[in-house]
Amino acid sequence: MKTAHCCLAALVLCGLSSVPAFARTPQTTAPKAHANDECLACHGDPSADRPVSPTVFGGSIHGQAGVTCVDCHRDVATAELPHAEKLATVTCATCHDQPAAQYDRSVHAEARRAAPATSVAASCKDCHGAHDIRPASDPESRTYHLNLAATCGRCHGNADIIRRGGIKIGNVVQQFQDSIHGIALRKAGLMVAPACTDCHGSHEVLRKTNAGSRIFRTNVPATCGKCHEGVQHRYEDGIHGTAMRSGNTFAPVCSTCHTAHQIQRVDVDSWKLQVLRECGSCHTESIKTYRDTFHGQVTSLGFVRTAACADCHGAHDIFPKRDPRSTVSQARIVSTCSKCHAGATPAFARYDPHADKHNRARNPTLYYAARFMTLLLVFVFAFFGVHTTMWFARSVRARHAAERARPPAPEEGTDTTDEAEKKDE
Amino acid sequence: MSSAQAALEGGVQYLRFDRYHRVLHGLLMLSFLGLALTGLPLLFNEAPWAAVLARVFGGFHTAGILHRTFAALLITVFSAHVFRLLYRLFVNKELFILWGPASMTPQPRDLVEMLRHMRWFLGLGPRPRFDHFTYWEKFDYWAVFWGMGIIGFSGLVLWFPLFFSRFVPGWFFNIAMLVHGEEALLAVGFIFTIHFFNSHLRPEKFPMDTVIFTGRVTDEELREERPDEFERLTAERALGSLRVDPAKPWVLPLGRTIGTVAVAVGLTLVVLIVYAFLS
Repeated sequence: MKTAHCCLAALVLCGLSSVPAFARTPQTTAPKAHANDECLACHGDPSADRPVSPTVFGGSIHGQAGVTCVDCHRDVATAELPHAEKLATVTCATCHDQPAAQYDRSVHAEARRAAPATSVAASCKDCHGAHDIRPASDPESRTYHLNLAATCGRCHGNADIIRRGGIKIGNVVQQFQDSIHGIALRKAGLMVAPACTDCHGSHEVLRKTNAGSRIFRTNVPATCGKCHEGVQHRYEDGIHGTAMRSGNTFAPVCSTCHTAHQIQRVDVDSWKLQVLRECGSCHTESIKTYRDTFHGQVTSLGFVRTAACADCHGAHDIFPKRDPRSTVSQARIVSTCSKCHAGATPAFARYDPHADKHNRARNPTLYYAARFMTLLLVFVFAFFGVHTTMWFARSVRARHAAERARPPAPEEGTDTTDEAEKKDE
Repeated sequence: MSSAQAALEGGVQYLRFDRYHRVLHGLLMLSFLGLALTGLPLLFNEAPWAAVLARVFGGFHTAGILHRTFAALLITVFSAHVFRLLYRLFVNKELFILWGPASMTPQPRDLVEMLRHMRWFLGLGPRPRFDHFTYWEKFDYWAVFWGMGIIGFSGLVLWFPLFFSRFVPGWFFNIAMLVHGEEALLAVGFIFTIHFFNSHLRPEKFPMDTVIFTGRVTDEELREERPDEFERLTAERALGSLRVDPAKPWVLPLGRTIGTVAVAVGLTLVVLIVYAFLS
């Protein structure tokens, strides 16, 4: 594996152009470019050092379009054959200038520039292939929609490359494959499900810290909204979207709650429990008071047949309580409770699902009830704790004294009892 | 009872708890343990053992059904007890259950006996001469009585919130939730430590007092532990009518088994609660 990647890296460095050292014939002055047949005379042999299958190349987009070997391997176009061992790096930008310019701005290009000799970052052929490049519409292509995760996974699912490239997110392809998007692609073969490039871009993959990136925090809703447009609108109307647009850096975007690569179906238990903790990571007070209620206790035990945050507050279209659109507003609270508690009344809905027993201003009756119960418990356990301990100690001593007093003869017995009594005092 | 049989069974025996008492106490134990096992996971939901225990009882939904079933049993036990009290009071005219040496009602002598008992703990005086119910037995009884009222009522409020919301304001449910949990903690903590010690685990009784299973105390026990009662009953010439045959041979082993299981479950729960508090 390691060797393969070293080779890969070496290939990236020197292009695909190095050939074995059999160039001994003196140079001629013939200016005519070599035809593919001439190249394949040597390279067409599968046992050659750098074999190129005529059928593979013939089936590739370049082969189909009549691009010749020397269109890419320009430095040997007119070179005398056999040509030099080392050839120049192939420059895709010669024809594909626009994608190449995009690639130059990408995190892959950046990494390669930072360490030209050792970088494991992807270049054109790592994703597209070399002699076997096929159009993205071809199911055989590495860049075919359903193959993209595997293509990116050649590096982002490879422990060695992840380590050498210092890729912080780790084996992200594995995470993605198990996510709702990964499953949709992998199992359902859904062409509309997003692959890596739909969120990250293809040539212009940028860091999430780059304001121009599709995955930069404030750009995430628009990126997800490319498919989830309705949700995007609801989110943007809601309190989180409004806060995000007003520049609140704590406001959650899609990936804050749903994660980026491990997005789950929202009807599974694990999601419901996970998103609760996610809400609680910002709404620390609310999760604490929620845990004091039956709802919160049940979810804490890992069961979900009870109300979690979104069941009352909504998910994307959350509004402040004073907003009549809010599911917990005075206008809508009864119908919200009724979702589970059929027949709920306004009086029923006045239950405080986030009551805080330590907050006298918000929950005065609960505050005093809690104080009373605490005092009662402390008093009972303190009193009987002491009572029991004293009783136990006395009983043990009394029994010891009785045992010592019983068997011996009368005079001795009297002595022992006296001793025991003295000890007891 | 023949004298030979009496000797075999360890002497003369008197009836302390009749079958009604024993059966109710047995059902009380069953429902209390059931309620504790199915309810504590919610109260200590963050402890690692809580989810395990909840799953043992079939998940929170099934555990919830079991909890309500045990609650219904306990309410039945409570009602049966109160019904019998009222019957004894109003039909049998047994007014002595309201006041006096054989009454469960706390009386001045209980305070005196408590203070004397504590003086004895310190080795400063003799053991008090108890009568039919000691002050700690009365505390046990009234703690459970109060507890059942509080925890039973709050439990019903939580069980039927829509019904109760017709009469009580919303914050009442918050209090019901709090009180149900805190009172549960008090009851469980008290029964599984203080009651277990007072009635079973203290050196005089260790490993357990089987009177609640057999209903019988020996002549020796009565003279030693409740000398005032012994003398009072002797003076009233009532002792003879309390003399009973020993319990059937299967009663004691069964009682010991039930008692051992109950104490084991209770003490385990105490350990789990302490663990939850410490972590």
